[in-house]
Amino acid sequence: MSEHITEIIVFSVLFLIVSGMGFVAARWRRADNLDSLNEWGLGGRNFGSWITWFLVGGDLYTAYTFVAVPALLFGAGATGFFAVPYTVIVYPLVFLVLIRLWSVSHVHGFVTPADFVRARFGSPTLALLIAITGIVATMPYIALQLVGIEAVLKAMGVTGHLPIVIAFAILAAYTYQSGLRAPALIAFVKDTLIYIVIIVAIIYIPARLGGFGAVFDAAQAKFDATPAPNDGILLNAGNQLQYVTLALGSALALFLYPHSITGVLASRSRNVIKRNMSALPAYSLLLGLIALLGYMAIAAGVQPIGKDNNTIVPLLFDQMFPDWFTGVAYAAIGIGALVPAAIMSIAAANLFTRNIYREYLKPDATDAQEARVSKLVSLVVKVGAVLCILFLDLQFAIDLQLIGGVVILQTLPAVGLGLYTRWFHRGGLVAGWVAGMGAGVVMLYNIPNPATGKEHFGGSAFSLGNLGLDTTVTVYAGLLALIVNLVVAVVATVICRRAGMSDGPDATRPDHYLADAGDPRVKDLDLAAPH
Amino acid sequence: MTESPPPVRSDRSPWNWLLILPFALPLLPFLFNADEPRLLGLPLFYWLQLAYIAVGVTSTTVVYRMTRRRSGR
Repeated sequence: MSEHITEIIVFSVLFLIVSGMGFVAARWRRADNLDSLNEWGLGGRNFGSWITWFLVGGDLYTAYTFVAVPALLFGAGATGFFAVPYTVIVYPLVFLVLIRLWSVSHVHGFVTPADFVRARFGSPTLALLIAITGIVATMPYIALQLVGIEAVLKAMGVTGHLPIVIAFAILAAYTYQSGLRAPALIAFVKDTLIYIVIIVAIIYIPARLGGFGAVFDAAQAKFDATPAPNDGILLNAGNQLQYVTLALGSALALFLYPHSITGVLASRSRNVIKRNMSALPAYSLLLGLIALLGYMAIAAGVQPIGKDNNTIVPLLFDQMFPDWFTGVAYAAIGIGALVPAAIMSIAAANLFTRNIYREYLKPDATDAQEARVSKLVSLVVKVGAVLCILFLDLQFAIDLQLIGGVVILQTLPAVGLGLYTRWFHRGGLVAGWVAGMGAGVVMLYNIPNPATGKEHFGGSAFSLGNLGLDTTVTVYAGLLALIVNLVVAVVATVICRRAGMSDGPDATRPDHYLADAGDPRVKDLDLAAPH
Repeated sequence: MTESPPPVRSDRSPWNWLLILPFALPLLPFLFNADEPRLLGLPLFYWLQLAYIAVGVTSTTVVYRMTRRRSGR
């Protein structure tokens, strides 16, 4: 540990500066008071293009991504590069969808995706399912942010869990105090550091390794030497469909995650969102370059600590950079974990407050009570994440996150399609959700991973051979589960209609989906109309 | 009282079809799943998919500019 002393000092100083910013953030763009979810949970719903860009970018492209994606390329090659097509297709895919969600949420004051479902389909039960799905999918994601910090600490020779507990305690304290303003302000620093580190890395490291050509040749040589059939710097016939369906499924899921929606709803207007759909791909470019660090680690002969491939990027930096710059790079990854962890815990807390507490426990809760419950729940969520890492196997969090991607996709019919059509019956959507969840979890359970010797939850590549087809082609399990979900939802909707089951009322109107900043909100309309 | 009639608006525009391009290209592996030709040492698989990011940025920017609501609408 002593040989890493410069790195540790640089890392600690940057970490402390950022923590200080987190506490000061409560005064930034000061509101009259922070005692409502609009202020604490959505930063006043008034973020412009730049803040939204840093906030959503820092939210979607997490520390875990920056550590895990190069680790995937290091271990398996081209299949890990799916993160690039995934983050290319997501923005044109959701360009027109998110502005509708923003508009209807603006008019009705929705804070969570489940709020929207509640109003659109008149079903507290369906909203509860959506809320629980969101919380379940988000929790392990928060725990995984710790993996990013832990990988860095390992590389600095720091052992034991105490540093992580301290880091998360600081994070919990300033999120409690400042709400969404804290990650929004910190994101500026985090992303600036990451951009600097990666631009330096992508120019400096290949130059030292003899150019990109040599890097790729070294990677190809490594994969040629392994017995695994599906690795290599290109795709093969067996994993092409998996690559494409995983990119598509992940893109469909991304903006269903509660924390993504939190970032979107915090923006000021539709134009802010549209501009960001053009500007956020800058992060995709960054991610693509970071991914290539996995191959550079191969060419540089990096050996992971233990069998933990997540340590290869920190180790590569340590091997290539002078100590002080390695410290900056580590701080970028460590701080990079704090932004998404804060937003995710806020999003999960808002779901609990709006769709469980207010719906079932205290329907007449005031704005101040909502804000107080959300603050407390955000603490509980983070404690849960730390306990998960302390007492459970890390692999458990990774498995849960894998499941999380598949389950969050099952909210697409209600949340995503619900923005366009009211055709589905609430009973049909509930039935589809149950079927999609069941199918998804069963498929994941039955995916082994021969490389690690795991029999269950070994990945998301479901072999079509399991369905009796004579093939080795694999497909992303989440997409298959979504198809099951949609088919059941359609059939059950028809059955519900035929049986004359009562459908919930729709509190939204078509023009609500087109509203923009400055248009009257529903509360204003209520006040204008006589009772 | 009666509510004032909502302003006539729409998100529909022929320009929106442009969004299909960056959505579809990355999902067609036969276009990019090859080593040659390399660019700056990067195999086609890598540099072409990175280039799709530029396609995405261009398309979303054009659609945004062409469908931007003018003030007063």
